[in-house]
Amino acid sequence: MAAAFKVSVSLLPSSKSPRVSFPRPSFKPISAPKSFSSMASLRVAPTVGISETFSRLREQGKVAFIPFLTAGDPDLSTTSQALKVLDSCGSDLIELGIPYSDPLADGPVIQAAATRALAKGTNFDAVISMLREVAPQLSCPIALFTYYNPILKRGVEKFMSTIKNVGVHGLVVPDVPLEETEILRSEAVKHNIELVLLTTPTTPTERMKAIVEASEGFVYLVSSVGVTGARSSVSSRVQSLLQELKEATTKPVAVGFGISKPEHVKQVAGWGADGVIVGSAIVKLLGEAKTPEEGLKELEAFTKSLKAALP
Amino acid sequence: MATAANSVRGNPTVPRSSFHGVRMPLRLEKSRLSPSVMRSPPCRAVSCTLTREPAAVKTEESRAGAAPRPDTFGRFGRFGGKYVPETLMHALAELEAAFRSLSQDGDFQKELDGILKDYVGRENPLYFAERLTERYKRSNGEGPQIYLKREDLNHTGAHKINNAIAQALLAKRLGKERIIAETGAGQHGVATATVCARFGLQCIIYMGAQDMERQALNVFRMRLLGAEVRGVHSGTATLKDATSEAIRDWVTNVESTHYILGSVAGPHPYPMMVRDFHAVIGKETRRQAMEKWGGKPDVLVACVGGGSNAMGLFHEFVDDSDVRLIGVEAAGHGLDSGKHAATLTKGEVGVLHGAMSYLLQDDDGQIIEPHSISAGLDYPGVGPEHSFLKDIGRAEYYSVTDQEALEAFKRLSQLEGIIPALETSHALAYLETLCPTLPDGAKVVVNCSGRGDKDVQTAAKYLQL
Repeated sequence: MAAAFKVSVSLLPSSKSPRVSFPRPSFKPISAPKSFSSMASLRVAPTVGISETFSRLREQGKVAFIPFLTAGDPDLSTTSQALKVLDSCGSDLIELGIPYSDPLADGPVIQAAATRALAKGTNFDAVISMLREVAPQLSCPIALFTYYNPILKRGVEKFMSTIKNVGVHGLVVPDVPLEETEILRSEAVKHNIELVLLTTPTTPTERMKAIVEASEGFVYLVSSVGVTGARSSVSSRVQSLLQELKEATTKPVAVGFGISKPEHVKQVAGWGADGVIVGSAIVKLLGEAKTPEEGLKELEAFTKSLKAALP
Repeated sequence: MATAANSVRGNPTVPRSSFHGVRMPLRLEKSRLSPSVMRSPPCRAVSCTLTREPAAVKTEESRAGAAPRPDTFGRFGRFGGKYVPETLMHALAELEAAFRSLSQDGDFQKELDGILKDYVGRENPLYFAERLTERYKRSNGEGPQIYLKREDLNHTGAHKINNAIAQALLAKRLGKERIIAETGAGQHGVATATVCARFGLQCIIYMGAQDMERQALNVFRMRLLGAEVRGVHSGTATLKDATSEAIRDWVTNVESTHYILGSVAGPHPYPMMVRDFHAVIGKETRRQAMEKWGGKPDVLVACVGGGSNAMGLFHEFVDDSDVRLIGVEAAGHGLDSGKHAATLTKGEVGVLHGAMSYLLQDDDGQIIEPHSISAGLDYPGVGPEHSFLKDIGRAEYYSVTDQEALEAFKRLSQLEGIIPALETSHALAYLETLCPTLPDGAKVVVNCSGRGDKDVQTAAKYLQL
């Protein structure tokens, strides 16, 4: 752990402004982004895709631990260190949220994190530059969580090639339901990005089946009717929803929204989930820490406690 | 997507079938998903027939040739759609099915028409603005004739109540007793609080904290009417954030709650439904024009924020190619100042609050906070059908500044004894540019969408009287 810290500190520019720290990349596909990384030798092993990660875990009888972070909160250099902490603590996949001005599906914690990140000047290009450096050092795959408008603004094709070039494996777009995914899906397939779709407790069974059919990587089961954010307990509805999903598909299912404690993680894994996603609790921890260093320390301890609760 | 957007934008006369190439096939799957919706007949306007038989309402046959707008996917060309969290998809399908079935339900129509007549005060007049007309007469005595469609005379002082009443009735039919709404200036909030009081429904209004300060009187009105007003502090604490917060509430309470969205914006079916509930404005105008001069209006003018009053007036006439449709946006401090709300004039295509439309956004796709002296036009998006009408060249959109709107506010007050809302003042201000270009006797109908009592405090800060 300590070693990872030293490495990351020496890797990243110390400037506080992310706009300055990360030069704007051009939109040209970068042919060999990994070759210029001085730390390429540190790579544990070439990361595999999301589906592949889940099938390896399944073979070992394990449940995936999937943390979520908002990029740029409190700043991008902390985000890059947090990614390494999460990876070294045994995360199986990391969901990285791109901050957006109008995050409809997010509760107060992630909204506030996005607002802070944007106020600091975090933008898509800066996040991409950060990932170009950090992703090659991670052993687990990364999925981006972003609202649709920033994708559209960039152009769906260009967006996909950009994120693929820096080593992103998957994509979650919470405001694009199945009917509107056509363009995203075809471009994602072209660029070998796994587009993860969400199903919820209000989704009728027939519709759930169509979503499951189209989802790549895994199926994201939203645990409760509502936006993101910690809840005191996990709805027992999740158990029957998982059962329904398991009858409909062999694809892995990960549960998210409102999962914030080791006992939640344990319960959901016990109900047969293939993965658990913890977001707001982690974002809150980093956002409320007195210093980034303290936040990272707490992140490490918290991640270990969640991971320990999983088979 | 962006490439398609640019190429279409460069050629406003492209027929709308050419937009269809943008979509890719998932249609069979979708029809399997929502059979109830697919079985429904194509979009049909909710008729709000009043006390007499309309004299010149177009027959269904004359429209039969045109494709339904929106299509069954909620698309107006490439605009519209449903870009919402999955949790809401079932509620939107349910809402659409209820709307389509109620639009053919005689009892529902009768109840709605009765309330519009006895409670809202419809029909309202199409008023000949004699002294305003005089102002635009040229030296040879020629000039256009200006009429005002008096939506300001409705109960609560604006067109907003047409939609609020109808959606409250719809919520009752859906068995939903909890109502939420967003509001900017407070007009839609007041209309919603009013109808909730009238129907005994629980009412929660989301309003930006900053707007609550600017519109303290309307906050009191809503509370007096029994509504709970929740201040929204996230983001920029204005209308767009209030809308996001209302959507989050809906995502959380969708099983018990109906969201009365206040404009022709948001995910399908809202743009269609809100338009149809306001279509009574254009229907009355057609009939009243026939009575007054035995013909149609030549030009319709309305202000556009989200665009509900404009769609309400335009919808009836979209298929009459000889009627010009003009929407007027808020240019704030000026189009080049960066402080405006002229979405159609300066925006780019994107997705906000559930629909694809023109938007004010930065290079990173983040939404930009708009500015207008009129809180009702202070919105970074616009209804998707307006984006469509702009792209196919059917409607024209222009903008006027805060200053021009204030002058029109004062002008109508002093020439006609009608204090218009600052929103409406934008439409009136555009007459200064429009009228000198019109032939003698051209009949212009301006939608007088709201009264200006709510705006006198704001106006007093700027006008020296």
